[in-house]
Amino acid sequence: MTKHLTTPLFLKIDKSKCQGHNRCYLICPELIDVDDFGMAKIITNNAIPENLLEKAQLAVQNCPEFAILITESPD
Amino acid sequence: MTKSIYGAVSDWRNDFDHADPAYNENAHEIWQSLRGECPMAHTKRYGGAWLPLSYEMIRAIAYDTEHFSSDGIIVGSDRPIVPRPIGSAPPITSDPPFHNQARRILLPPFSSKRIALLEKSIRELCQELLNSLDLKESNLTFDASNQYARHIPLNVIVKMLGLPKGDSELLFSFIKAILEDVNLTPEQLVENRNRLDSYLDIQIEDHRKNPRDDLISYLVNTTIDGEPLDEQHIRGAIGLMFIAGVDTTWSMIGSSIWHLASHPEDLKKLIQFPDLIDSAVEEFLRAYAPVTMARLVKEDFDFFGHQLKKDDWVLVPYPAANRDPAAFENADTVQLDRKINRHAAFGLGIHRCIGSNLARLELKIAIEEFIKYFPVFELANPSEVKWSSGQIRGPRKLDIRILSRQ
Repeated sequence: MTKHLTTPLFLKIDKSKCQGHNRCYLICPELIDVDDFGMAKIITNNAIPENLLEKAQLAVQNCPEFAILITESPD
Repeated sequence: MTKSIYGAVSDWRNDFDHADPAYNENAHEIWQSLRGECPMAHTKRYGGAWLPLSYEMIRAIAYDTEHFSSDGIIVGSDRPIVPRPIGSAPPITSDPPFHNQARRILLPPFSSKRIALLEKSIRELCQELLNSLDLKESNLTFDASNQYARHIPLNVIVKMLGLPKGDSELLFSFIKAILEDVNLTPEQLVENRNRLDSYLDIQIEDHRKNPRDDLISYLVNTTIDGEPLDEQHIRGAIGLMFIAGVDTTWSMIGSSIWHLASHPEDLKKLIQFPDLIDSAVEEFLRAYAPVTMARLVKEDFDFFGHQLKKDDWVLVPYPAANRDPAAFENADTVQLDRKINRHAAFGLGIHRCIGSNLARLELKIAIEEFIKYFPVFELANPSEVKWSSGQIRGPRKLDIRILSRQ
């Protein structure tokens, strides 16, 4: 079973900022997908599994447009 | 022989010239020194142009389509004459709202999943090029820029577009004319662009008569709001794809090989830890980003305390942003395992490079294959490396001496 963090954390993409660099998709394809126009989308609304937290953080820290963040809110 | 209408530069702060041969050769030192003292240099050449050096300013320009227009993106002695909103090479020369319509046409063929399908053929191309070098034990030196790097993006884009394979050298001459020969008379600039347009018109006509499965036929058959694309739109988009698709990645592959040839510790590291390739590629993109973009000022206004005038050129040197210590730790040090790397090599904002997935894949495979064939190499003549001139920076003569072969 996937192990989750004590405080659930969620990836969010600000679609108004995403320009389709695809950096997040290259770093963390387990949680992030891209469409035909390069726009990133989160694959599921579930909390980030513990084993993918580091990758998720790197996806956030490498976005040239500052379009991704990690929040405590699932919405 | 064509010749610059401007003289050599002695004052980079008040009279810079990005097409002066000394500029690209000494780019990192020039940026560092100007960043410390201005951080925005100016020149009266080219009818007035600015060169901002801080990540903050460069980022601000990339996002500000209210004050900065993409009508012109290659700083030259004249101003663009192709009417809006299409411009000479849509969507890179288009502003909102037309920009988005033009951009959405080109994004899907360059999406990461479509581009990933090319991996095998790009790898085979690199291997073919390396095999055909035919190096003799008596002479293990060759020009990695002209005998390897430049053929990779050209072959790939020629095939994608559906241009005649035998036209390679002609295509290179167009690329040089458009990107490097920016400091000639305005009349010569127009002549060069007309020569390219006539060539593209012939290719488009041929595709209309003989449709096939390639990007030129795709553009010929594409519509906006039910209407076929304007002739200038098709011509400009093809020109964009092959010019922006070749010089840039050619430069990037060359700069990466230059780095590995002059930093043996990094070459060793990459051979020992091949999994580093992905972060190494991003780090090379950061440290040696080849593309400086440009904008035209739409109206007089104050930008970070500088009085910009309508129709001034503004260079957007993403490569300099990538080396700003305010934005990157140890900005002037190449760290192949850099984990946090928000580089702007492919631009920022709405004009993010459409070909970024292709460029990244070509660069990665080109390096992987090169170091697989040649695990140890060095610069044969460090002082004779020749760099490009103009807004795309990369080695144009790069003699490499092979010290160990596969």
